[in-house]
Amino acid sequence: MILGLTRGWSFAGYAIAVILILPLFALLVQATLPDEAVFSHLMDTVLPTYISNSLLLMLKVCLGSLVIAVPAAWLVARCNFPARRYFQWALLLPLAMPAYIVAYVYTDMLDYAGPVQGFLRQFFGWTSPQDYYFPDIRSLTGASIMLSLVLFPYIYLLARTAFMEQSSSLLHASRIMGCSPWKSFWRLGLPMARPALAVGMALVAMETAADFATVSYFAVPTLTTAVYDTWLGYGSLSAAAKLSAIMLLVIFAMVGFERFARRKQELYQKQAKLTESDRYQLKGLKAWLSFAYCSILILLAFLVPFIVLTGYAIDYFDESWNSRFWQYSFNSLYIAVVVSFICVILALILMFVRRVSPRKADVLPSRLSSTGYAIPGTVLAIGVLVPLTYLDFAINDVYDYFGARGPGLLFTGSVIALIFAFCVRFVAISIGSIENSYKRISPSLDMASITMGQKPTRLLWRVHLPLLRKGIFAGALLVFIESMKELPAALLLRPIGFENLATHVFQFVSDEQLEHGALAAIVIVLVGLIPLIYLNRSLEQES
Amino acid sequence: MKSLKSLAVLGLAAVSSVSSMTATAADDLTIYSYRQAFLVEPILEQFTQDTGIKVNVVFAKDGIAERIAREGRLSPADVVLTSDFSRLMELVDKKLVVDVNSDTLSSNIPEQYRSPNNDWYALTMRVRNVYSSKDRLGKLDINYEDLASAEYKGKICTRSFKHPYNIALVASMIAHHGEAETKTWLEGVKANLARKPQGNDRAQVRAVKEGLCDIALGNSYYFGKMLVDPKQKSWADASEINFPNQDNRGSHINVSGMALAKFAPNKDNAIKLMEFLSSDVAQKSYAEVNMEYPVKANVAPSEMVASWGDFKADSLPIYKLAENHQAAVKLLDEVKFDL
Repeated sequence: MILGLTRGWSFAGYAIAVILILPLFALLVQATLPDEAVFSHLMDTVLPTYISNSLLLMLKVCLGSLVIAVPAAWLVARCNFPARRYFQWALLLPLAMPAYIVAYVYTDMLDYAGPVQGFLRQFFGWTSPQDYYFPDIRSLTGASIMLSLVLFPYIYLLARTAFMEQSSSLLHASRIMGCSPWKSFWRLGLPMARPALAVGMALVAMETAADFATVSYFAVPTLTTAVYDTWLGYGSLSAAAKLSAIMLLVIFAMVGFERFARRKQELYQKQAKLTESDRYQLKGLKAWLSFAYCSILILLAFLVPFIVLTGYAIDYFDESWNSRFWQYSFNSLYIAVVVSFICVILALILMFVRRVSPRKADVLPSRLSSTGYAIPGTVLAIGVLVPLTYLDFAINDVYDYFGARGPGLLFTGSVIALIFAFCVRFVAISIGSIENSYKRISPSLDMASITMGQKPTRLLWRVHLPLLRKGIFAGALLVFIESMKELPAALLLRPIGFENLATHVFQFVSDEQLEHGALAAIVIVLVGLIPLIYLNRSLEQES
Repeated sequence: MKSLKSLAVLGLAAVSSVSSMTATAADDLTIYSYRQAFLVEPILEQFTQDTGIKVNVVFAKDGIAERIAREGRLSPADVVLTSDFSRLMELVDKKLVVDVNSDTLSSNIPEQYRSPNNDWYALTMRVRNVYSSKDRLGKLDINYEDLASAEYKGKICTRSFKHPYNIALVASMIAHHGEAETKTWLEGVKANLARKPQGNDRAQVRAVKEGLCDIALGNSYYFGKMLVDPKQKSWADASEINFPNQDNRGSHINVSGMALAKFAPNKDNAIKLMEFLSSDVAQKSYAEVNMEYPVKANVAPSEMVASWGDFKADSLPIYKLAENHQAAVKLLDEVKFDL
């Protein structure tokens, strides 16, 4: 704490927070404007279905991810079986795969016309769809399965850490009292991991709510697609904003739940950690079943889609390998670099103020700034456009007043709107990452540095920055990859003639011709692998 | 503070460099296009060659009207090209376009295919066809109305009815039969669906080939597109293309079109481009590349398109569809067609 911290720093913190929550505020204002009865028409007709679809989807994806992830996490954290070390990180791979690509690949495979049903028909001599039953992949349940396949690693990662951090003395006690491994999982492991699981599920639910491409491809209308349709189909920004407000309500309830769960979690983390010898040695059938379970999971959620993509990319290489592909890659890269740079700077300022400020009110800016992560891209796009359009007109009005030709659409006509939206959405990631690093720097270092007469800026520059290096890098990396993948905000905010890899791939997916976009999709996946490798390495170093 | 400042300067430099990324020269034409690049680019290149006027095109699937509305008087858009009629009407409804009074345009484009106030012009037309399985149904003499009859229960495949092509069809049904009857019809069609609406027009024809359904709705040009794609030829080969309502009012016609943006910065050049698009050369190429029917009377369709035979087109003036567009969208929500 620096008693003499200048007001300037607090002001900077608040200014950043205000800018970052401006879209949310604008959205709420927009939602109160009249909408020519579009909203009430929607209420009377399709809205109940949209809402129930959204909730059902979240529920199914959360349960699906939980059922997939918990056994995997338990096996990897608490048991020993062949290839366990590899599974530990390989189970994170699906995170790099955009859900709509997985959805596309499986639809192609499992559709009536696909190889799976084709084989069944040939094998059993069926000739028409009336001859047999096959579940429809393009359905709510199908979408839930696709989303679970790529989102389960969130729960897996948190559950694995929780299982690994559970105290070994408790474990020994349970063994002495005669608990079988199975019992110790149900009575000890699972209940103690509950807060971590809740956090994971909240993350999964938020990602599900934000998904646009998968549900739109599967023709399962949810609130996210409804916002898009209402805005562009009915042309009513206000009705779309009202829908967004409903959605935000649901999401903030979940965020609150997650915060609540996390508060409890801290109680468990300060005990003796598990060692290698504490793992159950699985042998024979059990060992092979565990091996099979983890392999199948990786196969289905990562390898199969990746191999199919690679096949497409090779077949259509000549058509895809052109100047456009390079331009889109450059655009994606450019945006991602700029966004991660800005996010890290903002997070640094916010967290520095929070760390050293003696004023209680200075905790607020970093909290407020983090809310953007919960806002789905479609919704955020509306929130960003409203104030930026206003700003654009205001600037041009000033020029007009002085009789000069204005600069035109400075913000909404350029990638600035896009960058702004991405920053609002992803700054929370860099804040979290830097916050974690800060926790490890002893406050006595600050004291010592102040005692020696260092100014706050020097403290940040000379003491904190070197120690925060890892956190800053991890934060930037995660923001980078999220910016590469983010689709709905990019679809709605990209300026004239601007495409990036994500929008480019999605255009092909929605035309049912992923083949042509496969090369770009592979770039997205490969770039997404980099932070996973890094993330895993830093986790391993910790343990 | 010095180092912090230099960081901030660096950040600002990064941000300001992006705004220049998308800037265009002042007298270039800017086109917002719902039509795809492969279709539009060759013709625009020809235009640039002929006139020396540079053209920038923005391609988008959705939201062009929203975008122009938001951009208001600052919008860089000169001409909007749409892939169907409801998109044109959306622009008119939102008062985002202005009328163009040009003798060239009014002589090139027949009255039925342009706005009475000259605020939009059609460029090509296509039929909303009914495709039928060659093996199971053969060539059909069918009306759109028949799609609701019990005979086709569980046999129809379609894309989302919220797609502009289907909305326009529903709007034409309302124009001919009124809302109440159209609602009953929609309920009937929905009850006959083989599966929930999904995919695009081609995917429906493929589903017919695979035996999922016997009847599919699709635009005429898809037939040609599938025939020339080696991977998709077998889909088209398995179906017949039928022109509905030949014994009565004729097949429903949809059009692609163009309009002049209200705040077009380069109106004169924009009109030059519009006139060019209505010329014989452009009409021929525009219709041929996408296998549509040219609107200009003396320009013949491509050989392949002509081979599907003559047909009678619904004589309902295109702008009549506009009056029923909103009603169509609302009816679709009411019967929850896609859900």
